[in-house]
Amino acid sequence: METLTPKKETQPAPAATTITGSKAVLEAFLAEGVDTVFGYPGGAIMPIYDALYDYNEKLKHILVRHEQGAIHAAQGFARASGRTGVVFATSGPGATNLVTGLADAMIDSTPVVCITGQVFAHLLGTDAFQETDVINITTPVTKWNYQVTDATEIPHVLAKAFYIAKSGRPGPVLVDITKNAQLQLFEYSGYQKCAHIRSYRPKPIIRKEYVEEAAALINKAEKPFVIFGQGVILGKAEKEFKQFIEKAGIPAAWTIMGMSAIPTDHPLAVGMLGMHGNYGPNVLTNECDVLIAVGMRFDDRVTGRLDKYAKQAKVIHLDIDPSEIDKNVKVDVPVWGDCKETLPLLTRLVEQKVYPQWLQKFKDYQQKEEEKVIHEELNPTTEILTMGEVISSLNELTKGNAVIVTDVGQHQMVACRYAKYNQSRSNITSGGLGTMGYALPAAIGASYGAPDRTIVAIIGDGGFQMTLQELGTIMQFKPNVKLLILNNNFLGMVRQWQQLFHEKRYSFVDIQSPDFVQVAKGFGIPGKSVSKREDLATALQELLNSKGTFLLEVMVGKENNVFPMVPQGRGVAEIVLSKEEI
Amino acid sequence: MQTKKEYTITVYTENQVGLLNRIAIIFSRRKINIESLNTSPTEVDSVHRFTIVINEFEDVVRKLCRQIEKQVEVLKAYYNTEEEIVWQELALYKVPTDVIATEVKVERLLRQNGAHTVVIRKDYTVFAVAGHREETEALIKVLEPYGLIEFVRSARVAIIKGSSGFHERLKEFEYMEPGEEAIENEFLDKNEEIFTM
Repeated sequence: METLTPKKETQPAPAATTITGSKAVLEAFLAEGVDTVFGYPGGAIMPIYDALYDYNEKLKHILVRHEQGAIHAAQGFARASGRTGVVFATSGPGATNLVTGLADAMIDSTPVVCITGQVFAHLLGTDAFQETDVINITTPVTKWNYQVTDATEIPHVLAKAFYIAKSGRPGPVLVDITKNAQLQLFEYSGYQKCAHIRSYRPKPIIRKEYVEEAAALINKAEKPFVIFGQGVILGKAEKEFKQFIEKAGIPAAWTIMGMSAIPTDHPLAVGMLGMHGNYGPNVLTNECDVLIAVGMRFDDRVTGRLDKYAKQAKVIHLDIDPSEIDKNVKVDVPVWGDCKETLPLLTRLVEQKVYPQWLQKFKDYQQKEEEKVIHEELNPTTEILTMGEVISSLNELTKGNAVIVTDVGQHQMVACRYAKYNQSRSNITSGGLGTMGYALPAAIGASYGAPDRTIVAIIGDGGFQMTLQELGTIMQFKPNVKLLILNNNFLGMVRQWQQLFHEKRYSFVDIQSPDFVQVAKGFGIPGKSVSKREDLATALQELLNSKGTFLLEVMVGKENNVFPMVPQGRGVAEIVLSKEEI
Repeated sequence: MQTKKEYTITVYTENQVGLLNRIAIIFSRRKINIESLNTSPTEVDSVHRFTIVINEFEDVVRKLCRQIEKQVEVLKAYYNTEEEIVWQELALYKVPTDVIATEVKVERLLRQNGAHTVVIRKDYTVFAVAGHREETEALIKVLEPYGLIEFVRSARVAIIKGSSGFHERLKEFEYMEPGEEAIENEFLDKNEEIFTM
């Protein structure tokens, strides 16, 4: 019988095969190849932290300043590396602080394993100190969750957790471990990875007839159009995807989550879809005859009004998650399966083709967008800087090699519209949930996930203030993160909507900011603020050349708007290029 | 134009704490009311089944089933219309015993409605009826004038007419899937030209 009321919280030296539940957790991490954990200790997870003390050399623990920071860091780590992010948090408030990140990871399919401490099993349901019903709170925002009350469960539950988080359509998993289970000594017979769960089918079986039907449709098409999402990146199918579009000669546009799966300057790359995406891909969605969606989920920010979305087209949908088929857009040919496997099958069956006239249409629209929007955004005639020109200058310096982490709002849209990428896993942003405060911790995580790459976090003045406590994490652990604050002294996206749709009634969007450079200085982080065009390039150079983390604040136009825009409730073809057209 | 219909959803699952909540919130998140919910063991040891009744459009029901099936511990979810299932609900009625004893009519009515006696006490008698909703509901009306004290009805249990049980399906689920390297595609090794990569 396990001890429910232990005398002390440190464990005696374990016998050869007898270990504590806490040690079993850390052994599981090592067996799963985990080397970095983001976390924050607390009462109910102290036994695990005590065990961690002896794993200092094998497991790097990054002490964040808030649990939300821990999970966003784990997300950034996962997105940059393609590995699973791992989080420790204590019970009660520690666990509830993870909820935003779990919801974010759930909607953006990010593999994360969170371990939360929980009160002793005999206290469950007694409103004990720092007890919350974490399992039920997190059920809607986790792919799977489980409460461990007995240490003997730990090895196989963690094996399941890592397997579920990473396989199929990835997602967040939470394992809640009661304190008695962490302390409990049990006979440990090693760790075995999980490769199969009876009731869980990570990949649907590929149906040959659908692959054939899809190929036949594509071969008959005159104006085929590929739209792709993060599925290409999550499936590590960038190569297979490129081969497919190149053989079939089909223009391809990305969702915000699919961005960077192919280089932005690829000859068939026609830009970004969605509310603030490019002109051509939005308009021509409603002109193509076959629409091939790869690893994307037809989010409302991509489709606009559904009853006006691609009604003329035959729709082929490749997705690993069968519940995505027909969820939002009625599909003619569902190609279930992992796109790393289905794309090569399709590539074999499609004819080698080019569509010069069709591709030209995209270029014509691109030209129009260039004239009406892009040129002024990147070469403004105004005295004050625009966000677009900052991104454009950044491109010149990074040459598309940096990982760009963005927060949420206008700067996010501008960064995603104008940033150049030449390798995959270079765009890390909160796409589905739109979590302000995501970028700073995610960038910290990304720097551990991709230590050889330059990590640039582009953040607005609003979002930065939501999680800027994580500057403390940077101060202590010294990751190399380039912080670029685009400050327009407004909650810009909401302001834009208030201007366009609420008669310019600016309701609580005039956010005031502290002196960010001084704040950074307080954390021992060097910084600079610029507002003049002639200082921009040197300042960006200084940001990128700095040895460690550096904060650059760029003051940009207060009331600039992001265009083009598909106004809410309108079809994608009704995209507008300026506020006069709304 | 599609109309809302009554659908019976049958979900085969592992037996796991918290799964009921995971399934229930799929409905509540979409503001869909569950008319009836029953959990039960199945003919297969270790497999549980949920029987859920809702009124919805078929499109919605299909999507709900896909969302349910997506849950890690769910083996399979089916939905059926009333014609495709055999179903029963159990109802209990508590009436004062003296009424039953004195009113001959009541006894006849109970017999006509297929009620059987579960318990007889000096003060009250409990009857049970198994049947369709209209049948159990009709008896309430009948008993009301005679001082019906209490009524309760169970969730629906249903058997799918066309189903051959879950034994065979389960074998398929238990079949060990290939490792990550192998491509999980039943067509790949059938030597058809297009699928040899």
